[in-house]
Amino acid sequence: MSESLATIAYVGATILFILSLGGLSNPETSRRGNLYGMVGMTIAVLATVFGPRVTMAGIPWIIGAMVVGGAIGVFAARTVKMTQMPELVALMHSLVGLAACLVGFASYIDTSIVFSGAEKAIHEVEIYVGILIGAVTFSGSLIAFGKLSGRIGGKPLLLPARHWLNLAALVVVIAFGWQFLQAETMQAGLLPLFVMTAIALLFGIHMVMAIGGADMPVVVSMLNSYSGWAAAATGFMLSNDLLIVTGALVGSSGAILSYIMCRAMNRNFISVIAGGFGSGGGTPAKKAEGEPAGEVVPVSAAETAELLKDAKSVVIVPGYGMAVAQAQHTVFEITKTLRERGVNVRFGIHPVAGRMPGHMNVLLAEAKVPYDIVMEMDEINDDFPDTDVTMVIGANDIVNPSAAEDPTSPIAGMPVLEVWKAKTSIVMKRSMASGYAGVDNPLFYKENNRMLFGDAKKMLDEVLTALKA
Amino acid sequence: MSLTIGIPKETYAGEKRVATVPDVVEKLIKLGFSVVVESGAGAAANFSDLSYQSAGATIVPSAAELWGGADIFFKVRAPNLDEVALLKEGSTLVSFIWPAQNPELMQALAAKKVTVLAMDSVPRMSRAQKMDALSSMANIAGYRAVVEAAQHFGRFFTGQITAAGKVPPAKVFVIGAGVAGLAALGAAVGLGAIVRANDTRPEVADQVKSMGAEFVPVDYVEEGSGVGGYAKVMSEGFQKAQLATFAKQAKEVDIIITTALIPGRPAPKLITAEMVQSMAPGSVIVDLAAEQGGNCELTVPGEVVVRHGVTIIGYTDLPSRLSKQASTLYATNLLRLTEELCKTKDGVLNVNMDDEVIRGATVIKEGNITWPPPPPKLSAAPAQAKPAAAAPAPAKKSGGHGAASEPMSGTSLALVFGVGALLFWLIGAYAPAAFLGHFTVFVLACFVGYMVVWNVTPALHTPLMSVTNAISSIIAIGALVQIAPPLAELGATQRPDDWIRWLAVAGIVLTAINMFGGFAVTRRMLAMFRK
Repeated sequence: MSESLATIAYVGATILFILSLGGLSNPETSRRGNLYGMVGMTIAVLATVFGPRVTMAGIPWIIGAMVVGGAIGVFAARTVKMTQMPELVALMHSLVGLAACLVGFASYIDTSIVFSGAEKAIHEVEIYVGILIGAVTFSGSLIAFGKLSGRIGGKPLLLPARHWLNLAALVVVIAFGWQFLQAETMQAGLLPLFVMTAIALLFGIHMVMAIGGADMPVVVSMLNSYSGWAAAATGFMLSNDLLIVTGALVGSSGAILSYIMCRAMNRNFISVIAGGFGSGGGTPAKKAEGEPAGEVVPVSAAETAELLKDAKSVVIVPGYGMAVAQAQHTVFEITKTLRERGVNVRFGIHPVAGRMPGHMNVLLAEAKVPYDIVMEMDEINDDFPDTDVTMVIGANDIVNPSAAEDPTSPIAGMPVLEVWKAKTSIVMKRSMASGYAGVDNPLFYKENNRMLFGDAKKMLDEVLTALKA
Repeated sequence: MSLTIGIPKETYAGEKRVATVPDVVEKLIKLGFSVVVESGAGAAANFSDLSYQSAGATIVPSAAELWGGADIFFKVRAPNLDEVALLKEGSTLVSFIWPAQNPELMQALAAKKVTVLAMDSVPRMSRAQKMDALSSMANIAGYRAVVEAAQHFGRFFTGQITAAGKVPPAKVFVIGAGVAGLAALGAAVGLGAIVRANDTRPEVADQVKSMGAEFVPVDYVEEGSGVGGYAKVMSEGFQKAQLATFAKQAKEVDIIITTALIPGRPAPKLITAEMVQSMAPGSVIVDLAAEQGGNCELTVPGEVVVRHGVTIIGYTDLPSRLSKQASTLYATNLLRLTEELCKTKDGVLNVNMDDEVIRGATVIKEGNITWPPPPPKLSAAPAQAKPAAAAPAPAKKSGGHGAASEPMSGTSLALVFGVGALLFWLIGAYAPAAFLGHFTVFVLACFVGYMVVWNVTPALHTPLMSVTNAISSIIAIGALVQIAPPLAELGATQRPDDWIRWLAVAGIVLTAINMFGGFAVTRRMLAMFRK
């Protein structure tokens, strides 16, 4: 395959990637979008393998590596539970980051390509930056994976003077970068490169450790963006336009997605990236005078079923608890039963419900809940005063009235689903523990609120039995 | 200094309601006001002077004393001119006023330099629902209409099969499915009747069905929703089709309840004399629009008449006939309005004309007539407010995030462009030509990514992220080209081939996991999205 043919194939692949991202912005075109992505990727890989830059000697290696990697990937995708999706995506980001590092190192020790002057400097900067981003993505994603899968606690780890630490790391990285550029031989350059990689890895760990659990969706999306930038940097390093374009596409779309999510939570983009909840330092632990007081009214599953039966309109607000308990199928059974009785059942989805953007939508879709009764926060918030019963399933921070009512709350100003405006709200929870953000919830103490304690799946099964009886 | 709220006894003939009830008196006192009640004000609604007193109010014996001794007056019916004469200058009056129908009253009140808030002018917005006395009164009227109909109807509402024979269920037809209409539907369904309803606003069909009634559409296409969730005047063609529909219903049903009102106009004549004639003897018509002239041609406002064997009920005081309930709801509406007027809870009113709800309700401000208010900014038309779940809403593909973004301020925009220009100049001045080509591509691609993703629906965030993740495994290309490149003769000997190969192979394995896994997972997720 000639050089021009390969280039044209790359252009084709690029177009397919853009169509793929565009298709994914709408449920009707999304499946086609994914298909475009797959076709684009196949074209890109084939054009490279049979292109002028790869000789026959490499083909067996490539096939071997592809088969091994592909088998692992498909196996993981097939077996993963829908609730573990966020972890899987985070883990995959780390792979891209690691790959970017490896390619960067390989490119550096490759002496077959010789540059001089400004070109050499730029090439080396590209390598340096590429490895830097790759390393941050790698370690950051691993920590995000740990947090999402519960292997690491969700509370933000706030080192004293963490912003100064980050700044110091940046200065050191730049200093070593200078040394790296000055290095005469490859061996002399490797040391600063390794030191920088180590610092970047630590930086990635520190960055994600400092971000609270409630902000995890943003972090996952941001790491996604980083993996794109890493690919773009690699593209510069190897003078490969396809890599640059695709990397930039992924990078910018990830950044926009994070921004959209930040806005949905009314959180400052910069302060989320810089880490720490509320950025004022140490706020989450403070509870002071805002401690809600009052009585909590527990109900049984049978009483819940009675309330639901008598309602004309019901809104279900799912949260991470539903995902953990795998209760989405039972939820849909209840929805079906109620709808057959003529009850208007809808779902209210907070933009950051769960541990990943759109997490709830994916779960509800898995349970075959039709997506036209699944409403966004803005669509449904005005309807709560006309709603008879809202059922909150394992959600906490996203229905916390203190976000709207208490300006001193760490989550003040974050838009929440105003479930307390409904005639009755039922909160299903395992205990009175506070949510991921570590903030107490005055909703539980409201007069029109009922608590249904227990595992969401088990309790919902009981509710369903009572409903059908 | 805290103000005093005065509750006069209603003087309108037959009016049994009162503007506040003992429970609400307690809450008004908590807001910092003192409350004065005219002796006997609540008697017709079964609230004794004693109950007001024990709630903390002071009882004064005469109307004159009350009107002269308070700063704020709560009333149900608009005051008559005698009462206005007694009204203290510079005070505040909260009541039903109907400014459009009562220009003289408005002039008289303005001359007294008072501030008047009309409960009938509270804008219909979600936020103002708690103060919407029209809705709470309409709700009562709708319920009472069914009770009145049952009183004058000679049969059961519900169908029964008894040893003494079969009883067919009553058929009820409700015209206008507003608050009163829906309340009537609910009450009639509750009694076991077969209930049908019609409304010019097609979006209420679902609400009708949700009450367990059947919606009877008019076979003519025209959108009937006006501003603020009210109906508007329809075209002639529509009106003809509508009358034909009603004439058909009139022959079939036993009870007709009409609630059709258009704000600020006489009620539309929907039931003609012929239709009344065509109804079975013993049938009942309840005309809730009697006060505005009636929806039925033969209605006599305020009275019950029998025409062609059909009882036509034209009571204009249905809420008053449920005086205790009506007073309680109205008092709560007033309390909510007072809370809005007195956010500081110190017993002082603050008529904030920047607040849309208060602006709308205030018809006279310190002697200046401020009615009519500017048109409401937000329409509460249910079609927009809630794309009802039962109805498929294909039009719902809003601009999402893009629509809400605001333009940046001038200075920050200038700053961004300045920094950008500097950066571009630096690159242009120092970077080699080869780099510039890549750079162009890079910058353009960033913008494409931004444009493509900006409108994504939140439901698809996860699949989108997972597909971009899969696409980012394009980095495999980087590893692929390193594995065995065609080597230039001279560099070949120095290249640490093995190292590079193993690094590249590892890179390919990693990205392949991501590539296949990412697309497969996305596929799995998307396969689940269905309508």
